[in-house]
Amino acid sequence: MPGLKPFTERLGDLSLFSGQFAWQVFKRPFEGRELIRQMDEIGTKSLVLVLVTGCAIGVVLSMQSRGTLARFGAEAVLPSMLALAVVKEIGPVITSLVLAGRLGAGIAAELGSMRVTEQIDALEVAALNPFRHLVVTRVLACIVMFPLLTVACNLVALGGGYLEALLSSELDYRLFVDQAFASLRLSDLIFSTAKTGVFGFIVAITGCNFGFKVRGGTREVGQAAMQAVVVSSLLVLVANVVLVRISLMLFG
Amino acid sequence: MTNPDPQDVVVINNLHKAFGRRRILRGINLRVRCGESVAIMGGSGTGKSVLLKHIVGLIEPDLGAIQVLGQRIDELSSLDLDAVRLRIGYLFQGGALFDSMTVADNMDFVLRRHTDLRKAERTDRIMEALDWVSLQATANQYPAQLSGGQKKRVALARAIILEPEILLCDEPTTGLDPVSVRTVSNLLVRLQRRNMSVITITHDLLCAEIAADRAVFLHEGKVLAQGTLSDMRTHPHPMLKEFFH
Ligand SMILES: Nc1ncnc2c1ncn2[C@@H]1O[C@H](COP(=O)(O)OP(=O)(O)OP(=O)(O)O)[C@@H](O)[C@H]1O
Ligand SMILES: [Mg+2]
Repeated sequence: MPGLKPFTERLGDLSLFSGQFAWQVFKRPFEGRELIRQMDEIGTKSLVLVLVTGCAIGVVLSMQSRGTLARFGAEAVLPSMLALAVVKEIGPVITSLVLAGRLGAGIAAELGSMRVTEQIDALEVAALNPFRHLVVTRVLACIVMFPLLTVACNLVALGGGYLEALLSSELDYRLFVDQAFASLRLSDLIFSTAKTGVFGFIVAITGCNFGFKVRGGTREVGQAAMQAVVVSSLLVLVANVVLVRISLMLFG
Repeated sequence: MTNPDPQDVVVINNLHKAFGRRRILRGINLRVRCGESVAIMGGSGTGKSVLLKHIVGLIEPDLGAIQVLGQRIDELSSLDLDAVRLRIGYLFQGGALFDSMTVADNMDFVLRRHTDLRKAERTDRIMEALDWVSLQATANQYPAQLSGGQKKRVALARAIILEPEILLCDEPTTGLDPVSVRTVSNLLVRLQRRNMSVITITHDLLCAEIAADRAVFLHEGKVLAQGTLSDMRTHPHPMLKEFFH
């Protein structure tokens, strides 16, 4: 495990890198074509993964809580409990962590190998700003795609939960949907989905930063990928605490 | 700076560069005239690639001045630096082809951004460049599908796609068979005839012999000797004697 000093140094470096993003994101020319390509790639790379995860979680949540709820004669609150848990916390966080593993590692490895094979230098020498071309596009793509994938995950998780509940008791899906959404406030729904945009930013900027900083060879590329996953997962969890705190202050 | 001459495309004065405590370049002086072809030689790890990267501003010097096409590369803003970079072609030691793109897209990418050419014109230009390195057939392949020598030649084609005034080549012939060495070296000669100034890092005496007017030999971070290849052969320094025999 890396020591504390290198870790704080990395965080400092990561903040500078984020600052550079804030500066470069508004500069022309905008790499629209590459942005679309990245969004497409993120979607195709991780949609199935996210759906499977969501479904499994919905089923398990439903299985686990039904017994407990039944003991208190509160089986009827299952739909709202599921919806609250999935939409407010489990969906956003699990999706983001899964994507941190999938995309964070992928981005760090891709940019890292571009670095060691001098492709990033080649962009620079051709006066094609590598930061704008590689980093800005990936970060924006993640900011957009994380919430979309989270919505997909939430829907599948609720679907899975409903199907699981069906196995044990007759449950009309309209009743299920009504109950599920009755307990959710629009502000919760929007805030907890939108916060994954922040997680997307964290995962992408960390992956890019660790990839860009690779020096050496393939061994270092592998390490960068691993570290990007660890650091971005931790940062996502910490950011979640902060964001939830903020949302409680704003919306109660 | 010692009397700047409009004829000089590259002038390097007293260039120093260290990485951490390792001093790689320790006072390099180099001058390349317009239309000249210079070979940079020297043992592995002496800092030849590092020197070449200073010329396009990929690495900043610790000390010294680098003037390229009349401008101080080490003092330019990034916008002005980009303008100079467009007049320089760079062939990386490993080719550095973008491996997420086909061979043709590798070149189209640069053309699309930096020229106003229409699609058909760009395609013509790409095919012409590929024809020139005899690799038209590879246009729709990905870099991973090419052999080492083919990659080098595609990278060379990409480096000259914007018709630069200066071409910097980092070991264009390393790892090639003797026939390909001749082919690539002759390509460099043809570029020089088009009035391109060429700086080539090479270990390859055959390549230097065919393509270079003059050789510069680096040793321990300094220019140990420079002159024609025959000057080098008769140089008394033991390092050069060993290198050229
Ligand atoms: N960005 C960098 N950071 C740290 N050290 C570097 C960097 N670039 C080069 N070096 C070091 O500088 C030294 C010279 O490297 P360089 O690539 O210029 O050698 P070279 O003369 O081109 O050798 P070769 O003929 O093997 O390509 C090497 O020891 C290398 O480890
Ligand atoms: Mg080298």
